[in-house]
Amino acid sequence: MSRAGTAPDRRSDRPVRQGGGLGGGLGIQRWGHWLANHLVLGIGLLVLLYMFVPILIVVAMSFNQPASRNSYSFNEFTLRNWANPCEPLGMCDSVLLSVQIGLLATLVATALGTLMAFALVRHRFRGRSVANVFTFLPMASPEIVMGSSLLALFVAGGFAGALGFVTILIAHIMFCLSFVVVTVKARLAGLDPRLEQAAMDLYANEWQTFWRVTFPLVFPGILAAALLSFSLSFDDFIITNLNAGQEVTFPMYVWGAAQRGIPPQINVIGTVMFLTALLLVLLGELNTRRRERA
Amino acid sequence: MSDTEERRGGLVGYVLLLPAGAWLTLFFVVPLVTLVSTSFYDPAGSLELGYRVTGQVTNYASVLSDYSEQFLRSLGYAATATLVCVLLGYPLAYAIAFKAGRWRNLMLVAVIAPFFTSFLIRTLSWQLILADQGWVVDTLQFLHLLGEDGRLLATPVAVVTGITYNFLPFMVLPLYASLEKIDPRLIEAGSDLYASPFTTFRTVTLPLSLPGLVAGTLLTFIPAAGDYINAQLLGNTRTQMIGNVIQKLFDGGSYPEAAALSVTLMAVIVVLVLAYVRRAGTEDLV
Repeated sequence: MSRAGTAPDRRSDRPVRQGGGLGGGLGIQRWGHWLANHLVLGIGLLVLLYMFVPILIVVAMSFNQPASRNSYSFNEFTLRNWANPCEPLGMCDSVLLSVQIGLLATLVATALGTLMAFALVRHRFRGRSVANVFTFLPMASPEIVMGSSLLALFVAGGFAGALGFVTILIAHIMFCLSFVVVTVKARLAGLDPRLEQAAMDLYANEWQTFWRVTFPLVFPGILAAALLSFSLSFDDFIITNLNAGQEVTFPMYVWGAAQRGIPPQINVIGTVMFLTALLLVLLGELNTRRRERA
Repeated sequence: MSDTEERRGGLVGYVLLLPAGAWLTLFFVVPLVTLVSTSFYDPAGSLELGYRVTGQVTNYASVLSDYSEQFLRSLGYAATATLVCVLLGYPLAYAIAFKAGRWRNLMLVAVIAPFFTSFLIRTLSWQLILADQGWVVDTLQFLHLLGEDGRLLATPVAVVTGITYNFLPFMVLPLYASLEKIDPRLIEAGSDLYASPFTTFRTVTLPLSLPGLVAGTLLTFIPAAGDYINAQLLGNTRTQMIGNVIQKLFDGGSYPEAAALSVTLMAVIVVLVLAYVRRAGTEDLV
């Protein structure tokens, strides 16, 4: 979003009748308007602050040297956790597993979901509206139901003993798909069809039009969908826990640790994840700003 | 509809749809069907011995009489958390859509950013915030809002707080999406016609944001009703939700009962959602 575009917006936020504030009554009115205008923003910022409090605590606790295994209060500043992030047994293995599953699930879900989004937005066929509702359903189902039905399927199919990497991956691709479809669909639907028509008018064939016009325009949506998929996959606990067999993903490790006493290194991982994702989002934002300016 | 779209045949559409559609059918629809059939198995069986399909509803009768308390509690907690999410999320979404100016994108990033720290780690963080010697409890005790030996952790308040926190972005984002589409001139027109800010909000802004509100409530309520992480980490045995029970039954190998509970949860949610969507008058939402 460019600065020039938003500056008038901000001005128009202010009350229109601002000019006539001479009498005391109007002064109060003006003050009331100011309050009404900024009250919402104030509350909004407070809510944002509320959303960040737990994150700040995670960051702070990553520098904590806990007094004992079950003590949760901030005891002493240390860099030890950051120097030895893999000290707790099995933690880094679980992070590695979660990253592997996250990458694979993202790759497959983004590819399949993008194709489906194209089908739903760009093609008219019988059963299209059914397919639309169908993609929405997994998002509208509680995780425990999806997880338990997958488990029921695996058990009924005789795979109860084979639960593990593959079953986790199947589940993750399944629940990421809907989110990919919805994200890419939104981007596609917002695309100006005249851009593609212009390319065709300039004698580009369908293939060239797709790769030189459509795809680059949809790409930010695909990227956003991939980022969303990865974070959904990396973060999932309920569905994974039911279908993981002996494998331990990072959320499952945290869950186990919550019963035994939490190693401070968990907060290091949490902080790193947070910063990485933030960095990616900000880089993306910078990129779009630069492009819009160019 | 542009002519490019019309020219594209249905066949290519099906081909593009096939992989994802097959995946969803195989690993979302078929499992649901299996879940329903599992819920009719004889609970006396086991994985090793095999199950007998009784075709009776005994599983449903027994789980409903055993766990109706957790069921109602789940719906109650989820509804409360959803309500608080509306109260917190609406001003935030409104501020981002209308008041943030060029900070809009930054504020949007800030809404999703906490998401990137694991759900479980965030919930554990609340354990710390609400702990008995924590500053929240101290402050509330100082203000006499909480008794001397009062506590927050291991109470319903803590569980609802955790659920609210974890699902708030699901409320804010759809709300923002529909608020952002509103032409600010419509709101200005309201005040030009001497409507008070409140009247303008009630008659212009709120109705126009209704689709977002409906989507937000659904996206908050549904996962909240099935969640058990908050109940486990922030609650005690008296705050168990239906998710805790289902998970425990699966862990114990009681698949038929667990399946019956899952199916019931899904059915209750579908009925509630249909009633709600009809009431809100946004049937063409999806």
